[in-house]
Amino acid sequence: MGFLDIRNVTKSYGAVEVLHRVDIAVEEGEFLVLVGPSGCGKSTLLNMIAGLEGITSGDIAIKGRVINNVHPSKRNIAMVFQSYALYPNMTVGQNMTFGLEMHGVPKLEREKALAEVSKLLQIDHLLDRKPGQLSGGQRQRVAMGRALVRDPDVFLFDEPLSNLDAKLRVDMRTEIKKLHQKLKTTIVYVTHDQIEAMTLSTRIAVMNKGYVQQLGTPKEIYDTPSNLFVATFMGSPAMNIIPAKVAMVNGVPHAEVMDADGKPCHLRFDQANLADWAGKEILLGIRPEVITDPEGADRASRNIQSLRNRVTVTEPAGSDTFVTMTLSGKDAIARMRADATVAPGQVFDFAVNMEKAVAFDPKTEERIRP
Amino acid sequence: MSAVTQDTAVRTGRITRTFIYVVLLVFALFYLLPFFVMVVNSVKPLSEITGGNMMALPQVWTLEPWRQAWSTAQVGVEPTGLRPYFMNSVMMVVPAVAISTVVGALNGYVLTKWRFRGDSILFGLMLFSCFIPFQIVLIPMARLLGLMGLAGSVPGLILVHVVYGIGFTTLYFRNYYAAFPTELVRAAMIDGAGFFQIFWRIMLPVSGPIIVVSVIWQFTNIWNDFLFGVSFGGTSQPMTAALNNLVNSSTGVKEYNVHFAGAILAALPTLIVYIVAGRYFVRGLMAGSVKG
Amino acid sequence: MTTTAGRHAETDFRTRLQDWLPKIVLAPSVASVMIFVYGFILYTLYLSFTNSKMLPSYDWVGLENYIKLWNLPVWYTALANLAIFASLYIVICTVIGLLLAVFLDQKIRGEGLLRPIYLYPMALSFIVTGTAWKWFLDPGIGLEKTMRLWGWESFSFTWIKDNDMAIYTIVIAAVWQTSGFVMAMFLAGLRGIDNDILKAAQIDGASNWQLYRRIVIPLLRPAFLSAFVILSHLAIKSYDLVIALTGGGPGTSTQLPATFMYSYTFTRKSMGIGAASAVIMLMTIAAIMIPYLYAELKEKK
Repeated sequence: MGFLDIRNVTKSYGAVEVLHRVDIAVEEGEFLVLVGPSGCGKSTLLNMIAGLEGITSGDIAIKGRVINNVHPSKRNIAMVFQSYALYPNMTVGQNMTFGLEMHGVPKLEREKALAEVSKLLQIDHLLDRKPGQLSGGQRQRVAMGRALVRDPDVFLFDEPLSNLDAKLRVDMRTEIKKLHQKLKTTIVYVTHDQIEAMTLSTRIAVMNKGYVQQLGTPKEIYDTPSNLFVATFMGSPAMNIIPAKVAMVNGVPHAEVMDADGKPCHLRFDQANLADWAGKEILLGIRPEVITDPEGADRASRNIQSLRNRVTVTEPAGSDTFVTMTLSGKDAIARMRADATVAPGQVFDFAVNMEKAVAFDPKTEERIRP
Repeated sequence: MSAVTQDTAVRTGRITRTFIYVVLLVFALFYLLPFFVMVVNSVKPLSEITGGNMMALPQVWTLEPWRQAWSTAQVGVEPTGLRPYFMNSVMMVVPAVAISTVVGALNGYVLTKWRFRGDSILFGLMLFSCFIPFQIVLIPMARLLGLMGLAGSVPGLILVHVVYGIGFTTLYFRNYYAAFPTELVRAAMIDGAGFFQIFWRIMLPVSGPIIVVSVIWQFTNIWNDFLFGVSFGGTSQPMTAALNNLVNSSTGVKEYNVHFAGAILAALPTLIVYIVAGRYFVRGLMAGSVKG
Repeated sequence: MTTTAGRHAETDFRTRLQDWLPKIVLAPSVASVMIFVYGFILYTLYLSFTNSKMLPSYDWVGLENYIKLWNLPVWYTALANLAIFASLYIVICTVIGLLLAVFLDQKIRGEGLLRPIYLYPMALSFIVTGTAWKWFLDPGIGLEKTMRLWGWESFSFTWIKDNDMAIYTIVIAAVWQTSGFVMAMFLAGLRGIDNDILKAAQIDGASNWQLYRRIVIPLLRPAFLSAFVILSHLAIKSYDLVIALTGGGPGTSTQLPATFMYSYTFTRKSMGIGAASAVIMLMTIAAIMIPYLYAELKEKK
């Protein structure tokens, strides 16, 4: 039993089930990120934890207490909203202590909590301002401060960074991470941004169409995606998905892909059980950073395969250079060092780290597990 | 030219512009003329009206017609002037506006922030009630007011105006609160505020503009109402009904100057509201027409 | 909710109260609308099938009132007047409103002064408007006399006393009162049009006339629709203005359904016929309003 238990929870609107049997146990101090495209049910799940939406079936429990029918204010949770939801008519200080006031906390204690938290978040100089006078980043801090003063069991974040500009978003991301490391609070965080999910979380639940597609640590999710959806959703640029055939060369399974001229190339698999798929079609998943120039290849890898192919487009992005090629009729992207010398039209020897390659069943779209 | 402007980007030539200004001024004259005539002739002795030009400024300025209209003119059978009817209107308007605005605010709050199955049907029913021809309810309303003992009384008129006003006030507040982020209500719920606390502490403090719109709209509508006043007013007739009586009384000489003064008195409260808070007045009109 | 409530700790009191409070708050309004609007409509509908005279009676006479109504010449006068009044009122208000709005939108100096002048009649009651225009159009003291005093001896304007023309004086007064409001609606619509579209069209070589006819006016469609609905609804309900301006006369020449209903119900003591005419008025308005409200409410979702 975890600190926050979501057991077999479903949600239906009338006859339409929008969330299907979600089962997640969150440990104390964990930072769980729910990530997925819009409409995947992540916000619905968060609202159900908060008590803002009813639970159709299943249980949600905090510290072993089932809270299905407990009013939001009695669940000992706090929530940071996408729009921050700061009360426009109240000062920052009043905003932050409103919850304590509603819970009947004496004024002296409220002020003590306010002083502590506002100092922690470095907003103590803003307490008398109205939300309308604050910048986006300041509002974000106040919204977090309002959650922190409550000292709740669980923090809920609903896409808190999506209203900030790109630079501020990165700064606040770091800020939230620092805060979590310092306070060791339990957090459930909803986002559609997979980078936020990767950087912040201790565990990620990738959701799509009302199902939890995969639950695991960021590394598990990134390296061993359990299906095609997770593979393509997490990571930017997205994982290359290339139609391939399993060919046995010297009794070892290889992925047979076509180069730009339609000539077959063979890349040796690390995964022995793919022999069962000999002669069959699969989908080969290779992340862009796994295809490099030979000098940039991972030296620790035991399985670097060479791939000769023509370059279509190069996109220098400062820190990296993205190189596009055609593989089995599809565009595939390679992520090279910034100073790699490649030019469009050139035929180049790429190095593919097949240790990191994954294979998917094209019918079920599930990963073929080793 | 780089300044941000609300105006159109269409450009017009000199001749066109002159033409446009002429048309605009002619229409300004058209709208001002009847009111100008009323004002000018309300401060003339009667002889100057019957014997002179209605456009001419008075040769003898007098406030006597105003005094008569206010306190001595024959309205119906009694020479009471319009004052008691003005008071009737005031006593009717103030509570009716206050009640319908408060009810509308609560309704709008429920219909946007505490939605439940079927709420939009209920709202549709309330909204349609704004647009019915009130002739359809005259007969049963007269019966019911009679049964309740409210016929011909100010409380009866208040009831009528509240009942047929909440459709509009609900519409105003609903549209206004619909644009108010629901996340704020959710945040307040998690903070532990209840239904009325959220309304009182979160919604109401930001409702200033729409309260003004609703109050102005209701005030104008109720003050200007004639049909309900003449049907259910009895001995407590409002200003509009009294003005109509004054103007159409068939006894004696038609004292036009007194009629003019009376008409301006009847128009004054809403005109003042319009002059003081025209912006909100227009917003009310728009919100009542373009169901945003 | 009920199935889970049984298995766990009872739903706490606060949650249950909060489920009910909104409905309790809304209930009085819903109840009063149900009684005072829909209940009353049904009651009037019922009366229209009875032989009610001065007082309501509950003797069913079927369609008799409707048959009588459609055999009354004055009802036809009222309907014909409504047709003339409504169509002219709507068309003229729309034309004037659109014209003024387009002109005011040309970076006019003094717009801030002109706009309130155009709109102020909307703040007056129809009774005041009617009274003002009654004098203004009265041949004995108003416009006609003034023109003659100014030297135009043959000037004649006696519409208000003329059986055939009096209905047009009502149109004039009603247009005076409402056209400024229609202007405001169109102006709001014009201000909502993206200026980049206009610039693009000018670069494409459209003349001002083409610009308005081909691009701006089509974009104002919602404003046209709203204006039509509001004006037609005002026209059908028009009562005060007629009473103050002409009293329905001369004779019955400016009767409208609204005045007809009132006089048959309360003056002529034929409540059944009055009720029947009210039902027909309601159905006319409903035919316009219900599709409009339905579309508006649906769009919002």
